[in-house]
Amino acid sequence: MASNTETPSSRLTPFAPIRVNSRFNVSLWSGWLVLAVFAVISLGPMWIAIKTALSDSSTLFSGASSLLPQHPTLFNFERVMGLISRTDPRLEQTSFGKVDFYRALLNSFAFTLLAVVPQISFSAMAAYAFARLRFFGHRLIFFLFLAATMVPGVVLFIPNFILIKDLGWLNTYQGMAAPYALMTPFAVFFLRQMFLSTPKELEESARIDGASYFAIFFRIVVPVHRSALATLTILAGLNAWNEFFWPFLVGRDESVRVMAVAINAFRAQQAGGVPDWSGLMACTVLGIVPVAILLVFFGRKVVESLQYTGYR
Amino acid sequence: MPSGARLESPQSLVPSRPLRRRTSFLHVIRFNEAICAWIFIAPALLGFATFYLIPAFRALYISLTDWNLLRAPKFIAMANYSRLWDDSNFWNSMKVTLLYVLYNIPIQTVIGLLLAVLLARIGRSVVLRSIILAPYLIANVIAAIIWFWMLDPILGFGNAVLQWVGIGRIPFFTDQQLALPTIAVVNIWRHMGLTALLFYTGMQAIPKDIYEAARIEGAGPWRSFFNITLPLIRPTMVFVLVTSIIGSFQVFDTIAVTTLGGPNYSTRTIVWYIYENGFVNFRMGYASALSCALFVCLAIVTLVQMRILRSGHSELG
Repeated sequence: MASNTETPSSRLTPFAPIRVNSRFNVSLWSGWLVLAVFAVISLGPMWIAIKTALSDSSTLFSGASSLLPQHPTLFNFERVMGLISRTDPRLEQTSFGKVDFYRALLNSFAFTLLAVVPQISFSAMAAYAFARLRFFGHRLIFFLFLAATMVPGVVLFIPNFILIKDLGWLNTYQGMAAPYALMTPFAVFFLRQMFLSTPKELEESARIDGASYFAIFFRIVVPVHRSALATLTILAGLNAWNEFFWPFLVGRDESVRVMAVAINAFRAQQAGGVPDWSGLMACTVLGIVPVAILLVFFGRKVVESLQYTGYR
Repeated sequence: MPSGARLESPQSLVPSRPLRRRTSFLHVIRFNEAICAWIFIAPALLGFATFYLIPAFRALYISLTDWNLLRAPKFIAMANYSRLWDDSNFWNSMKVTLLYVLYNIPIQTVIGLLLAVLLARIGRSVVLRSIILAPYLIANVIAAIIWFWMLDPILGFGNAVLQWVGIGRIPFFTDQQLALPTIAVVNIWRHMGLTALLFYTGMQAIPKDIYEAARIEGAGPWRSFFNITLPLIRPTMVFVLVTSIIGSFQVFDTIAVTTLGGPNYSTRTIVWYIYENGFVNFRMGYASALSCALFVCLAIVTLVQMRILRSGHSELG
């Protein structure tokens, strides 16, 4: 063991590269084991949801401890999406046949679009003003934006609910999206930080060439920062897609309710005391699919942006 | 004709700007810095005033009234607050919330640190980070319903496994002692990846030669973790603790899907209690007073934490 002092692999510091040539590195293998366990903990519950969604609801009891669906079927997906005729005899076996999750998914898409697209546009404009333009009161206004993030959501939900109710916007898309559509403090901070981190020479030379502030914003700032704008769109889109509390307060009607509100409602419809688990799990899987697609295509962007912002 | 036009062009290029500068209104709108700035922030400012600034003050005003949304609000000054002070349900909901925070934060932080060190040392792949982050990216409601299903006493996979192992079935969400810790487990499951990712990022900023120096001085991995890594990620630690404690205080979605505040009020957290008052019983004034009390609590928690952990600067300067 005299060589021990010369091989750094035996003295592991948190960032020292681990030598592959060490014969049997216990800490390396146990480290991988722990990571593998946490990977299983992360994804395992989602697999159980997929398994249940693919199971025939009559096999739920017999197959409870099984890791694979028994008699795999797409029937649950077909019926929650309304692809099966209402008179189909198979619907009578399930506790509720009239789940319209297709509608809820469409509502979620509409809500996400309405909440995110104007939010990013207007927040980007404001962020540009805060980052580059001098005007009376810009420090005070920015400080107020910052202070607003300290106020818990539930404090604002009560007066905002009353406002939406007074406007007659309960159970409308505009009522659900309005508080997110014009700005969110996070979007403004995030983009202001991005705009500040790039040199302003390009914009200044455009100024000297006679470009207006609007031309500079649309022709230079937006194209230069399209990556940051895309990142923010993904983050805000994820948040809107997953939003529950506010849509639950103002958009409970079947015609407008979003995915999360619908799942909560289906859960509460207990026919005979037992929720329709296979149907519910089909809904949850469908609610995860857009997130999964995003993660597969933009995984690195999502991970890295969350890594540097800690978005909540 | 074309040649005549070309002859004029050098002249028209140069003096055009001083000429345009005289054209008044439109020019001012496009080129005056302050006016442009106000145009740029106008939509965001409108949204901020309508949905953040005015509601914040309105919430304060509503908390001084008795209002059920049917009659006009009646001003009752501090009556809601004195009622709150004597309301055992309020204090119980505060106790439940604090307990929930206590279950959550230590476990979440330790798991986050463990995963962050492992990610930094052996598994730096984006795929691995995506996998542990995945629970955070799905909706709260979906996380809650999946766990509710897995822990279902009769049909759930988790309970089937417990039965098979010989422990027997446990009614996680309907047992008065277990319901709150179970909800904390769902939250830890959802947030461990994000916490790990944030710590991981904090660790990336530590220069590697510090570890090298410590190793040469004979410090083992544990010592370098406690004496180098932990002190140097303090800003990250403050950020993670502040945001996760504030987030835990406001737990709502998981309870709305699973226990609805029960069994026997053992999961009636402060936000659930505010929801019941405001949106089930339509006591807007009292609900606002409760929410303002929550705001004060969170502000105190934040200030205390920043003070204790001296967030501003890390030892790296």
